[in-house]
Amino acid sequence: MSATISVRELRKSYGSLTAVDGITFDVQPGEFYAILGPNGAGKTTTLEILEGLRQADRGEVSVLGLPPWPRNQALLPRIGVQLQASSFFERLTAREQIRTFASLYGVGTRRADDMLAVVGLTEQASVRAEKLSGGQAQRLSIACALVHDPELVFLDEPTGALDPQARRNLWDLLRQINADGRTVVLTTHHMDEAETLCDRVAIMDRGAILQTGTPATLVRGLDSPVRISIEPGQLDTAQAAELAVRAGGSAADVSDDGVSLTIATRDPATVLAGLADRGALGGLRVQGATLEDVFLQLTGREYRA
Amino acid sequence: MNRRARTTPTTPTAGGAPSTPTTGGAPSTPGAPRALTALASLSRAMFSGFVRDRSALVFTILIPVLFLVLFGAIYKSSSAPRVNVLEVGKVSLLNQAEAAAPGQLHKLLTVTRLASPGAALRDVRQGSYDAAVQQRGSTLVVHYSVASPTTAGVVQAVFSSIVQQADQAAAGQPARYALRSQQVEDKSLKPIQYLAPGLLGWAIASGATFGAAITLVGWRENKLLRRLRLAPVSTSSVVLARIGISLVIAMVQLAVFLAIATTPYFGLKLTASWWMAIPIVACGTLAFMSIGLLVGSFAKTQQAATSIANLIILPMAFLGGAFIPLAFAPAWIREVSYAMPLRYLVTGMQDVMARGDGPAAALPAIGILLGLAAVLTLISLRVFRWDDV
Repeated sequence: MSATISVRELRKSYGSLTAVDGITFDVQPGEFYAILGPNGAGKTTTLEILEGLRQADRGEVSVLGLPPWPRNQALLPRIGVQLQASSFFERLTAREQIRTFASLYGVGTRRADDMLAVVGLTEQASVRAEKLSGGQAQRLSIACALVHDPELVFLDEPTGALDPQARRNLWDLLRQINADGRTVVLTTHHMDEAETLCDRVAIMDRGAILQTGTPATLVRGLDSPVRISIEPGQLDTAQAAELAVRAGGSAADVSDDGVSLTIATRDPATVLAGLADRGALGGLRVQGATLEDVFLQLTGREYRA
Repeated sequence: MNRRARTTPTTPTAGGAPSTPTTGGAPSTPGAPRALTALASLSRAMFSGFVRDRSALVFTILIPVLFLVLFGAIYKSSSAPRVNVLEVGKVSLLNQAEAAAPGQLHKLLTVTRLASPGAALRDVRQGSYDAAVQQRGSTLVVHYSVASPTTAGVVQAVFSSIVQQADQAAAGQPARYALRSQQVEDKSLKPIQYLAPGLLGWAIASGATFGAAITLVGWRENKLLRRLRLAPVSTSSVVLARIGISLVIAMVQLAVFLAIATTPYFGLKLTASWWMAIPIVACGTLAFMSIGLLVGSFAKTQQAATSIANLIILPMAFLGGAFIPLAFAPAWIREVSYAMPLRYLVTGMQDVMARGDGPAAALPAIGILLGLAAVLTLISLRVFRWDDV
């Protein structure tokens, strides 16, 4: 089966600034794909080129087998794009917003109202968009992007300004969208979001894709230590260092910031057993490597969102 | 790689919400009807947005009407200036003039008697009275102030003619020539006849300009413009919807103005071809929308758009005959007014609504307004930006 999105050697610069510097990737049908990177990495420009909002300087782009530029009326009904939560008509209620968008695609009011129910906004149907909370507005925005049942959905930082609870609610919705068989492409600068939601991740920085793969493969490929933390005071530094050495590490792997005592190790079983023997498991946390560590390793820089 | 085949395209169902199967992908409605539904729903969206915007209603309808009521009340009684004269002591010439043409003098003058010359001069200096007259034998002395040049002129003219007539009468010669002056306009050309079209022109101009500019910039700012570009809807649907709404608003302004101005209190008398005001208003709306479109193409924020539009419309209201009737305006304003699009909207309406000109009188104004709309729209299309970047 041919790829839903195919990008070859894509390049785009604004004046002297190169936003996208020769990237190549494919997105397969039904995939949940994340483009991950800090602000200014070129994620949004890439997405805008895929959506047909910008013309590439060089390279080949095909979306659902069609070129997105110039504005392709045959392609538009097949893709759904969620923009910022504020991209609404002024002073219209949630129901009026989605019905208006629906009619632009020739979709009836019934389907529009159903879609409102899907994102859980039936109770807010008569509330004006400006009065919705951040999470509600974001869900309305996603509903408007899905109202015409597109095959391919683009989400540009959908959880940008949301509180943790609203983010988790939205994640459930996004999983559902993908589970229904749609291909979803999402940009985010939240590592945890990409890790939780996506099948595959492309890590982007300074206009280039550094690596692609499933989150698990990328993290495992790191071969980085597991960080085991406990409440301080249960173990003195010498004992902790002794444990670290027993697990094949050194005293340098132990750190105590006053809030928690942390031992970084490649042999977590030995360290955990040692801690258990001393009855020092209070406030235990075990943390494996994250995409953040992958980013650090790939760029040599701390990840800055 | 396709782990999850795209099975039946159904709505994602969270929380047990109903799922509606559709045909998948693009709904296949024929092009033309869909363009029409898109146009209709965009118009509906814009119209609801407008009528729910209190400040827009205030600016496009309420404030212009308030101006009409205020100006209408102020100018209601303004006809030829009456002159208030103080008669110091006895002025027999005034009685003679009154006897020669009974009632005529009092159309122009209101005469009050006062004994003290000093008090009379003070009153004239302070502006309580326009002139003080004193008769010393056969000499009539008129004291006047040039604070108001018009009344000063009237005072001089009236009294010199009184003296001339008295002179002729004393010489025993009957007056051989008589002067009868008459206003060229119909008697009904009261101030409301030019005030109403003037203020209406201003209201329509600002409504159309601000409407277009603020919508364009606002939609660019909140990315709605970009969202619409991603929908299979043509640019012309979006533009036509906005034009339609602006036309409706302008017609409402016209109706409200006419309804208020034609009440007996204000006394606007519409002349035969007043209905030609409808196409003029429509063309004026297009012209000023195109100004707004141009403003919106350059302005980056709504505040900037508002300031620029104000900077264009407000001076034009003074220089284009909307606030100051061109007939009373200084010569330089009359010259400048030819460069003001508002002039053509205002004078076009005045001609057919108040002056009694035929329908054809509106055609030059219509032509100029449409021409302007076409030129500015073409320029706007060249500088148009979908996005800020």
